[in-house]
Formats: sequence, C-alpha cells, structure tokens
Amino acid sequence: MATSDVLVIGGGLHGCSAALQLSMRGLLVRLIEKDYPGRHASGVNAGGVRRLGRAMPEVPLSIASMELWHRIEDLVDDDCGFESHGQIKVAESEADLALCRARARELMDAGFDHEEVIGQSELRELLPAVAEHCVGGLISRADGAALPFRTVQAFRNKAARLGADIVEGCGTATVERRDGVWTATLADGTRHSAPVLVNAAGAWAGTIAAAAGEPVPLEVVAPMLMITERRPHFLTPVVGATSRTLSFKQFANGTVLIGGGYLGRADPASNRTELDYVKLGENARTARELFPVMRDARLVRAWAGIEARMADGIPVIGPSGTQEGLFHSFGYSLHGFQLGPICGAIIAELVVSGRTNLPIEPFSIGRFAAAAAA
Amino acid sequence: MNTLNEVSELAAAYDLVVIGAGPAGMAAATLAAGAGVSCLLVDENPAPGGQIYRGIGSTPLTERRLLGEEYWKGAEIASAFAGSAASYLPQATVWQLSPERELGISRGGRTRMIRATRVIMATGALERPFPIPGWTLPGVMTAGAAQILLKTAGVAVSGKVVLAGTGPLLWLIAAQYLAAGKRFDAILDTTPKGSWRKALSELPRFLASPYLRKGLRLMATVRGSARVISGVTALAAEGSDHLTQVRYTVAGRESVIDADHLLLHQGVVPNINMASASGCAIDWDDEQLAFVPRVDAWGATSVGGIAIAGDGAGIAGAEAAAERGRLAALDALAALGRITPEEKARRAAPIRAIVARYDRGRAFLDRLYRPAEQFRVATDATVACRCEEVTGGQIRDVVANLNVLGPNQLKSFLRCGMGPCQGRLCGLTVTETIARTRGVDPAEVGYYRLRAPVKPITLAELATLEHSEAEIKTVARG
Repeated sequence: MATSDVLVIGGGLHGCSAALQLSMRGLLVRLIEKDYPGRHASGVNAGGVRRLGRAMPEVPLSIASMELWHRIEDLVDDDCGFESHGQIKVAESEADLALCRARARELMDAGFDHEEVIGQSELRELLPAVAEHCVGGLISRADGAALPFRTVQAFRNKAARLGADIVEGCGTATVERRDGVWTATLADGTRHSAPVLVNAAGAWAGTIAAAAGEPVPLEVVAPMLMITERRPHFLTPVVGATSRTLSFKQFANGTVLIGGGYLGRADPASNRTELDYVKLGENARTARELFPVMRDARLVRAWAGIEARMADGIPVIGPSGTQEGLFHSFGYSLHGFQLGPICGAIIAELVVSGRTNLPIEPFSIGRFAAAAAA
Repeated sequence: MNTLNEVSELAAAYDLVVIGAGPAGMAAATLAAGAGVSCLLVDENPAPGGQIYRGIGSTPLTERRLLGEEYWKGAEIASAFAGSAASYLPQATVWQLSPERELGISRGGRTRMIRATRVIMATGALERPFPIPGWTLPGVMTAGAAQILLKTAGVAVSGKVVLAGTGPLLWLIAAQYLAAGKRFDAILDTTPKGSWRKALSELPRFLASPYLRKGLRLMATVRGSARVISGVTALAAEGSDHLTQVRYTVAGRESVIDADHLLLHQGVVPNINMASASGCAIDWDDEQLAFVPRVDAWGATSVGGIAIAGDGAGIAGAEAAAERGRLAALDALAALGRITPEEKARRAAPIRAIVARYDRGRAFLDRLYRPAEQFRVATDATVACRCEEVTGGQIRDVVANLNVLGPNQLKSFLRCGMGPCQGRLCGLTVTETIARTRGVDPAEVGYYRLRAPVKPITLAELATLEHSEAEIKTVARG
C-alpha cells in the first residue's frame, strides 16, 4: 500500500527541490536521505550560481533557473546567501580572447545574450587585482554565488513546512515496482511505497537506477575545494580562467575559495574522500598566477564532495525509458547547483502533467541505451 | 639523533614516522630506532619535550625545584632520544596524514610529501575550552599558555593575577608559578562540590596509584601560599577593553576581585585533529567528557598502520604517555617484522604493569575534576566560537529553529567553526551546547569533520608540490 504520492530518493538540492515543487502542487511527498540533506555535493560545493560557460543544451534551463535564483526568498523564505556580482572567465592571451569571442557569437546565434566579451580595461576595472598578463574575458553579469548547505536546508525546510516527510539517516537498500507501486526498502528494513519514484540520489543514483531495472553508466568523482584565511577585500565577482582549471571567489568576510574541478578520490560506500595534494598544488599555482595578491595566503581547509559525472558531462533529467512511474534527476557532472531550483520544477511538472515546456530531450536517459545498442 | 634542517633532507619513505616530540613520541622513536628501523620524529617546536616537558633542554629555570622533580623526568627521556639513531625534524608542521600513510610536511616555507610504513601520532592534548562571559577579553589566557611562558622564557604574567578552574594540572601550574616566586591574588576553584562524593567509589584505586602523593603535595604547597576560594559556581571576566575584574559566585553570593590577568584551566582533552582528519574512528567518552580516538591496547587506531600514543589516545598523563609510546613502538616493530609476537608480548609485560599503575588513579581524577556543565556550555551572551565570534545564544537559536542537528550543519548559518582554527579549539563547546539544546547525548550530535590541512599552510608552500618523477612516468605510460 502506498504511504505517499511520491517517493524521492536523495536529499541533495535536486531531491529537496523536487520535494518542494511536488509539495507545492499538493502531492504528498516522502524524501529518503541516507545521511542528512546537503551532506554531500549539494552542501559542500563552491556555490557558484552561473550561466557562464554552460553546455548549449543546458543554457535554456540555466536561464530559467536564474530567474528563480533572483527571487529565491519568495520560493524558500530564505535568501540562501545568494549574491549577484557577476561571473567572469579571464582570458590570459589573445588566443583565449578569440575563444571568448567565438563562444559569445555561438550563444548570440542561438538567441542568447547573457555572455559578453570584455576588454582589458573593463577587466581591470572589475578585477583590480588581476595579473598584468590578462587581456580580457567573458562576463555574465547577473550570475553570482550562494551558500550551498544553507540553500539545501532552505529547500528542505520549506518542503517540510508544505507537508513533505523527510526521512533522514538511513539509506535505501532496494527499490522495486509491483502492482503499480514502487517500494523502497531501507537499510533498517523499513519500507516506503508510492506510485511515483524520483531518483535524485547523486553519486548513488546509479545504484538506484540499476535496482529499478534501468542501469546507466556514471562515474563517481570527488571535486576538490580549498579555502583561505580572511584576506583584505580584493575581489567581487566570481572568477574562472578560459584555458586553465580554476574557480575563484572571495566571500564578504574575506575568505577566498579556490577550486574549479580538480578531482580527488571518492569512496561512496564510506562517504570518505581522499585529496590529491599535487593537483591542489597546481590549483594553488594557477590562483597565484592570476592573482599575485594571493602569494602569502594561508590555506585553512581543503575538502571534496562526492558526486556523479556522466560520460558526456550533462545530467540525466526526465522520465525513465523503461519503467512506469520512475523519474530521474542526477548526474549533474560538477555543475548542478545552479540548476537545482528549475530541475525540481521540471520533475514536478513531469510527475503531475507528464510534460514540461523546457527542452529536456538532450538529458534523456535513453541516450545511454542508444549508445549501448549502437 | 640525526637532526634535519630542511624537508629536502627527508627520505622519500621511512619504516616509522612519529609525530610529536613529547614523552610518548620521544619514547616511541627511541625504542624503535634502537631496533634498527628507519625512524623519523617530526615536531613543531624548536626542541624536544612537547607541552609537558617544554624547553627541557633549554629552559632558563635550571634550578630543579622551580619546575618540580616531575618536570625533570623529561630530561631522561629527552637524553635517551638524543642518543638514539632516529632522525629528527624540529620546527616542522605535519599538515596532512592520509589513511595510506602519506604525510605532508612543511618547514621554512617548503613542503614535501613522504611515505611511512607505520605512523605513531603522539600529538598530545589540548586545554579544554572554558567559555565564560568575557573570556575573549585581553588579559584572559589559558593557564597552559602562561605555563609555556614560564618554561620557555622564565617569564610570569605580571600585575594582579587570578587563576581559576579545576583539574590536576591547575595545581601543578600553580605550584610551578609559586615556586618561581610569583604570586596569585586568588585561586578560584571551580571543582563542583558534589564531585568528591561521586569520585569516592574510585578512591581505593586512586590511593594505590602514584598520583596521590604527588597530588596532595602540590595542593598542600599551593594552599599554603595562596588564597584558594573553593566552590565557585559562576565566573565572568569583566572590563571594557582589557580585563579589570573577575566576578564569581560562591554559595549563591556574588563577589568581585580586581585582576589584570585571569588564567583559566579546566583540564585537558585529546588533540584529535589529525586522527580525525586521517579517518580514525572517534567516540564520545562520557567519563572524560571528550571525543577520544578508538584504539586497542597497543594504541592501534581503526586505520591500518596508524597508532596513537600518549594523551592523544585518551588522557592518562605524562608518565603513562612515555610507556604508551613504547607499547606502540613495540607493535610497530612486530608489524615491520623486526621482533616476533612473542618478543613483543614479553617486552610489553613490564610496561603494561606501569601503565596499569597510572590507570588506577585516572577514574578518580576524571570524576573529581569533571568540569561543571555551566563552564562547558556557552551561555546566551558568551562567545563559543572565538574565530567567528558566535555566541551560545546564536547557536541555540539556529539549532532550535532551523532543524540543525550538528556542528557541521551549523557552519553554513553562523560560520561557527569556519575560522582559522576550523573548530579545533571550540569544537567541544559547540557540540555540548548543541547537545544541551537538543536534549540529546554529545555522541549523537557528533563532532566537526576535521580536514586537512591539519595546520594552515600557505598557497606558496602548496604550490611547491610537484609531481614526483615516478608519478609522471606512470601518467606517461598510462
């Protein structure tokens, strides 16, 4: 017998966002989280809220999500620490700048104008501390950043206030569908049933998909981040580099976050990650080369989240290709945070009406079945 | 010992790396090096001794009675270490230890990664936080910090000095100060009145332990030459931009005493920062009111090849620490195939007997000097996290209203534990304050997930790390 209308597996931002949007539409939701909401990638990522540099299929979703971010307090009753001071990808050479121009043109041809090329003088105006050799860049002015764990908690709490039942601290052992009802059996033997199952289990989504009879290849990765002690204010926008791995941001309190996607090692079974200090050393060198003021900065913490990456670098969003009543939202491949608000809404629309106005075909799980068959 | 001056002088790998040159670390390294294994002892300080025997080879207070006979026991351990074949890297920071026993070591702005077949952490204890109103005012310091000044420089804090708190080390520090000719305007004893009754059942074992004579002697010395006020149930440091007075309560009556310096101490707790960052399991110990690494009788942790010796594996004091260092070293020698299991057991037996003697008194001390809850949990207006200036009231508010269950979740709302100390100093206060608010055990609340770097390192140091030639070859072949 069903214990709710929808079961959501996974209490990351995507699971909590789906739970919120489903609750807003009057459905009774039960969310199952093996640890606590936001424990993994959703709660410990860099918090970048960006449209800048997205893969073309993601651009329409990202633009729609940004609309929600700019009104995030209306949605979840908390500002999520969201601030919009723009994101800039720095060009370190004329070749970099040519790549920026080509990217802006490609977007323009597709009808999008949120990314603009800037020259050296505007770059220096926006980033007074940037290294001398930088010649310009690409900017998305309405982008920004938020506080990741606070954001997940806000989505979780709002969903709970609207009636969603959040079950924390026990993982899902198996899922199966019988007589039109999905049943999740947890590690402690308790069972939860609903006609609809949403797989938002992040790094663990492959296990859930396989248990549901729709295996899909995903790689479990551990992107690393590090943060420094407080520094005098020198940076307002979030910064990346055109041809090097870097994500760089200074918080209002002065601490500086450095990342960009260097990977450590993840062990999803134990929740542990191992950092690769040689790669972090490279990350540190890039940060110092782009911002010489960082020369003597002291690093106080380095860490990594655990998340899923798909072979083609874009997520799986949409209905199952083989199972009734199953919807997927996972595999965000190191850039899912900004998409959280809109993807929850997409899943809710699919569950309630079977359709969405946003173009989600590129994210179909079927693309992997097709690849396997070919 | 072979003293190294640069990380470039380090070997790429050692049979055994010992971290920390207090009694446990020195004893472990001495025993292991004596068996012919390649052994490195890394330490932060300029000379061996750790916290308890700090400055043992260099203190200006060479008159033995000033720091006490107990202190000079350290000289024997240090001279044995100096005569050993171990390598010794002082003034260095171990900022990372992975479960695979890869260590990140920095000295003088350069850093290296090296490997160890076995690791013994001997990182000792930290003073328990003592969150009272006004404890962040200039003029308020831990008694341990005052003791460091005394041992290393022979300097005592000046002006009107009040010492407050509880615990065996409080009396040791007081005795060392008094012996050095310094004085206290008052000693405010916060040991709860009912503690003697609770500790009574452990009294027989305590009477048979070596602590008794030492402890009574210390207390008699101190009481004979300082004004000791017992039964203190509340404390506050007051002053506008510097401490000017201490307010305290005894039997419901509030009093005020002028003070330029307030030295606070309420016991020590294991320093679990590196153990936790390396993935060693830790448990809440309700007798010691602290998180303690899970270790076996040899100090072996839940992570293969990594052991902890000394107070870092649970508080047992300096004398027991040296013996626990030797046990961990024997275990390492057996694992390295240098001694047989039989030899290990044979050599361990007399050491265990000594450890057992010290263990006998520990439960009594833990109960007698169990700090009162009002000195462990931050009140509404008292700062709990000093780096980010978060109060007990703010913590209670977020925990009660936002479904926040533990210290890691709290960070995003209050930045509590996100400053330079990363919760290494305020962790217990924050956990106990959350536990009290939620009405659950600290074990359920848990602790900060401590992560590398265990000590801050500069980006410049990190940037000196390069791929080793071997790694580059692997990549090129792959």
